[in-house]
Amino acid sequence: MSFVEYSELIQEGDVAIIFLGHDSMFPLMVQSGAQTQTRYGVIRHSTDLIGRRYGSKVTCSKGGWVYVLHPTPELWTLNLPHRTQILYATDIANITMMLELKPGSVVCESGTGSGSLSHAMLRTIAPTGHLYTVEFHQQRAEKATEEFREHKVDHLVTVLNQDVCKDGFGVTGVADAVFLDIPSPWEAVGHAKSAMKRQGGRLCSFSPCIEQVQRTCAALAEHGFGEICTLEVLLRLYDVRAVSLPLPDFGPDDPSRTDPGVPDRAGPSVPTNTAVTCRTAIAPREMAGHTGYLTFASKSLV
Amino acid sequence: KPYRETGIDERFIIKDGDFVVLQRGDVYKAVQIQKKRKVIFEKQWFFLDNAVGELYGSTFEVASGGSLQPRKSKHPEIPAEVKESGMDNRNIVDDGRSQKLTRDDIETLKEQGLKGQEIVQQLVENSTTFRDKTEFAQEKYIKKKKKKYENIITILKPSTRILALMYHGREPGKICHLRYDTLAQMLTLGNIHAGSKVIVFETCAGLVLGAVMERMGGYGSVIQMYPGGGPTRAATDSFGFPEHFHRTLHEFPLCKVKALLAGTLSPDEEGKDSVDGPAAEHLDTTAGQLIDGIFHFILHLLQAQEKKVKMEEKRKKLSAAAALLQGRNADGLVVASRFHPCPVLLTLLRFVAPSRPFVVYCQYREPLIECYSKLREQGGVINLRLSETWLRHYQVLPNRTHPVLLMSGGGGYILSGTTIDDSASASGPQKAEEPAPKRIKLQETVA
Repeated sequence: MSFVEYSELIQEGDVAIIFLGHDSMFPLMVQSGAQTQTRYGVIRHSTDLIGRRYGSKVTCSKGGWVYVLHPTPELWTLNLPHRTQILYATDIANITMMLELKPGSVVCESGTGSGSLSHAMLRTIAPTGHLYTVEFHQQRAEKATEEFREHKVDHLVTVLNQDVCKDGFGVTGVADAVFLDIPSPWEAVGHAKSAMKRQGGRLCSFSPCIEQVQRTCAALAEHGFGEICTLEVLLRLYDVRAVSLPLPDFGPDDPSRTDPGVPDRAGPSVPTNTAVTCRTAIAPREMAGHTGYLTFASKSLV
Repeated sequence: KPYRETGIDERFIIKDGDFVVLQRGDVYKAVQIQKKRKVIFEKQWFFLDNAVGELYGSTFEVASGGSLQPRKSKHPEIPAEVKESGMDNRNIVDDGRSQKLTRDDIETLKEQGLKGQEIVQQLVENSTTFRDKTEFAQEKYIKKKKKKYENIITILKPSTRILALMYHGREPGKICHLRYDTLAQMLTLGNIHAGSKVIVFETCAGLVLGAVMERMGGYGSVIQMYPGGGPTRAATDSFGFPEHFHRTLHEFPLCKVKALLAGTLSPDEEGKDSVDGPAAEHLDTTAGQLIDGIFHFILHLLQAQEKKVKMEEKRKKLSAAAALLQGRNADGLVVASRFHPCPVLLTLLRFVAPSRPFVVYCQYREPLIECYSKLREQGGVINLRLSETWLRHYQVLPNRTHPVLLMSGGGGYILSGTTIDDSASASGPQKAEEPAPKRIKLQETVA
């Protein structure tokens, strides 16, 4: 297993995702001899996991069952331990495409945070790309380093514990893309520009507040970036359900003549049905209304 | 040309034969660089010859005669010498007569060879109301005129981002109205990455296929399922992938899927038309006719041989694709077509391994609702999710920041999920649909 390559069978040392049912999942590290408690009973790693196919149904000691899933950055995003607010797949997907990330891309990122975006980028730039990720918080930098190693992607990433606004990304002239998710991105624009390849590259800055966006756009223009564009994207989820709508009762039909004025339900005669079922997509009561503004730009030719 | 000497990575330099994208403002057009070939873009005709050897991202102006002139240095913007400006528009009357230059005047200026920037300057000087406008209004006016009269063309290297933007703006009907952010979601939810084996079924001119191939980077394999005669790949060509990418691309006709699933796909299916030798020619006795006869005989032989070779190639390709599919262990499925998604999804999912993602795009919601229900009934999938994304652009300017006035009404819908292996016998009913309890953190493991 790795976060950047699929494998068929579960092996010791893998990070697997246990799926219990509707929106209920958690990650675990597969270890020979280990046991994991779930509400359906115990999972014994050696007998229930190791050597079995990913996607298998595993019956737990109490009789209930779970599915074991191969990790993906998207599943990781939904299950990782939060050390900071994280980016979710909707923003990540747009960032990936708008930064033109692909195998071989060299990317600079700050801050690393909880590594949600980092894992997604590593998946996209593997096997020949590299990620330089800067995190000014020491423990977070260490935790990220540890996770990258456990997830077998450490060969693709370099974690730096420093302040990107003061010390930059640690590299110059190599990046195809730079991503900023920091409180004062305008202070890092200059460093971003020098980290990027001379021939150009793409930049993205993610900020929750419009004031930050304004300052960042101004800084980008000052530094000669072009194609500056700010957008936001929101996810709308739908619940597919069968709903039952009752039919009104207008009284009995007049047996002497049919009255076209009173509409019956459209279509052939509906004798004594009191309700109609339709399958529909229902929007949830609330939805995430804002995550942050995404500002993209291209480094122009020097 | 300077760039060649500086040893810059080849990939950044425009070459003859390259597939590129022309950009002017927010209009894009995909073309291939072919010397001495006239190209039309935004009501202008020109040759791309002078672009060869320049860097991608370079900007050009169209000179008279149709040649491109590179703009090497960053032109200083019309100096923002704010001479005069007003406080508001209470006294500005729009009677359509404030511009003193007529259409003909402007044409004359163009003929005299004035550059776009200079024409804009002339318009500003000949506008009676310009100095009454507020600074913001003046900026807006200049921006508008620049957009119209400046003809700066940028030559870009194709990418999913650019081509998706282009198709959505120019020919959305060709891509089932798939908006670019929706495509982005598909690539991420589908976990498309180097080294995997992905099945793609699309009727989006090959844009989705190209996007998938870009994210695979030439590693792994992509099997494109196609309806009818052959796969459409017009947009895929526009990506300008290097030759070796095409070795990872396979195709398989939908009409043979049933046979493949049933195990009855015979390797000789494609070679059905027997390629016999040419009919024996009745050779005439005269020498001239004899030679003529022999010539035609040989010609037929060669043509038949060529046909045989092509058939053999086609058969080999079909075999190769079938071999990849047969294992029923694909790492993902991406569907984006005008066909009803239900049968497509239910059939093609059978080729996908367990614990792998799939993504289906549909311009409309109802067919996906049907898919969702059918999949729930059939089982074998979890994390089913019906979604769409809402996208909004912003104008960011000092004291003038606000969402852009016009917004996309819709970008289509996505149904996504993960496959699982349902075949193991269940040990009793279990409420898989109960609402999730408070989120479980990383579990403690007891060694």
